[in-house]
Amino acid sequence: MTVHDTSPATAASRWPGGTRAVVEYLVLGWRRYLVSSLSEAVGAPLLYLLALGLGLGALVDRGSGGGALGGVGYLDYIAPALLTAAALQVGVGESAYPAYSRFKWTRVFLGISATPVSPRQIADGQLLFVALRVVTGAVLYYLVLLAFGAAGGGWGPLMVVSGTLTACGCAAWILALDSVLTSEGGVFNVLFRFVIVPMTLFSGSFFPVDRIPAALRWVAWVSPLWHGNELARTAALGGAAGVPAARLLLHAVVLLALLGTGVAVARRGFDRRLLR
Amino acid sequence: MGRPGDRPSVITARGLRKSFEVKGGATVEAVRGIDLEVPAGQAFGFLGPNGAGKSSTMRMIACVSPRTSGELRILGRDPAVDGVAIRARLGVVPQQDNLDEELSVRENLFVYGRYFGLPRARCWQRADELLEFAQLTEKSGAKVENLSGGMKRRLTIARSLMNEPEVLLLDEPTTGLDPQARHVLWDRLFRLKQQGVTLILTTHYMDEAEQLCDRLVVMDGGVLVAEGSPAELIAGYSTREVLELRFVPGEQTAAEPLVAGLVERVETLPDRLLLYTPDGDRTLAEVTERGVRPVSALVRRSTLEDVFLHLTGRSLVD
Repeated sequence: MTVHDTSPATAASRWPGGTRAVVEYLVLGWRRYLVSSLSEAVGAPLLYLLALGLGLGALVDRGSGGGALGGVGYLDYIAPALLTAAALQVGVGESAYPAYSRFKWTRVFLGISATPVSPRQIADGQLLFVALRVVTGAVLYYLVLLAFGAAGGGWGPLMVVSGTLTACGCAAWILALDSVLTSEGGVFNVLFRFVIVPMTLFSGSFFPVDRIPAALRWVAWVSPLWHGNELARTAALGGAAGVPAARLLLHAVVLLALLGTGVAVARRGFDRRLLR
Repeated sequence: MGRPGDRPSVITARGLRKSFEVKGGATVEAVRGIDLEVPAGQAFGFLGPNGAGKSSTMRMIACVSPRTSGELRILGRDPAVDGVAIRARLGVVPQQDNLDEELSVRENLFVYGRYFGLPRARCWQRADELLEFAQLTEKSGAKVENLSGGMKRRLTIARSLMNEPEVLLLDEPTTGLDPQARHVLWDRLFRLKQQGVTLILTTHYMDEAEQLCDRLVVMDGGVLVAEGSPAELIAGYSTREVLELRFVPGEQTAAEPLVAGLVERVETLPDRLLLYTPDGDRTLAEVTERGVRPVSALVRRSTLEDVFLHLTGRSLVD
């Protein structure tokens, strides 16, 4: 008698087209809520830009804001951060309840795992779909910024790239969380309220991080959103964003590492959850 | 075990075991060394109470659960090495439906075909064929969440056939369905069997096992406790007939010593005595001769249910 399968070797070989079939399935489902998701993607930036950029921005620009922001208008200052935060929202939103329900409530992932498609391919397909949702939202956000004249110069479109990277890095880790949760028990609510919201507020989105007391500044440094904001702001404003080149590289490395480790952990989690 | 025939084996297991780590570090042995041999084209059933290890065995056969030890070959290949290639040739009907409720009936089939790498046009075509087979053509565009339980089950079976599988695994295919829906499903499964598809199913329903299965195993506590065709199991583990004597609850204990020795086995239930006998009418005459006066008496043929209860006991498992 031999002992087999200490690691799930059943997942080792790849089924060509498996990941694509999973993306195709999720896109087919997306069509059901395409209109609402696209109108949200355009409507939300409109509201934020009107309220924060123009409304609050008029006050900030008249006060001491201009100096603290390095001579940049408030609308221009927050626009890249708003795009990045919106990308994060979409990424987190898609990878929390909807993806978790495919393990737990609809059990769709279990159905797929009975086919030649491997759990790793399911994980990859799910994350690629999240990326597609994020890119679509970020491009629309960029177009709205363009209409407000707050989209930056020729490098501005790179905000879409940095925003997508930030969102997918976080989404991969949430997918990993999905794969180990046996009951939801309000975990996602805690995640939204006590991680995502503070992250959005204290990551240099609406005011520079150097306004945070030095003892608490680490909160921004560990926040993926801060790394994304610095990249996006530099893409839009160039040197006026005041981020040294070496730090830009560091931001990119941190976000890529977040994504890389997240994908590895999520794949392993999907394997363990679906091949028991 | 198993009988060598002219047809090749679809499933071969030797000393197959599965254990799980549960919370707290304890190990549960779900399957404790079973041997199986299922030839192509057979309808093979797993019977057993909840927790007997049927579903764990089915998951190992479906190549979604690595075995702990022992040998297993599905379609001549090792699931630990060729799981992907084997799954491409299997159809799986899980215990709980896992359809996408948001998609339409037809889209569910299309999407599933894509997982097997079928071209899009072929997926739509196959979906339409299977909707007809499952008598769901009229529901083609309906959302799955609006279907009845029986329809969802038929759709799940249709979905499992998208890749024209050689082996169809059905885990409690008719649990929770009304009699009409069960009969429609049995009819469809019978047709598949006639087309040469090997059927492997688990069930709690003895009538279902008798209707569908050429051969059965009874599992209990992770091991096989009996094996054979339905007729062989009845012949081997029960008598030809059963005489049921019904009493006012409590009075059956008084009658028990009177019928002792008449037949090879007597079972005492709260309101009945069951006498297992080759000839029920003759035993009834003998019982009456001994002065036993039941409220009513019934002679019936032995069923698989008698075998099942004899082998796995009457007490609840969970």
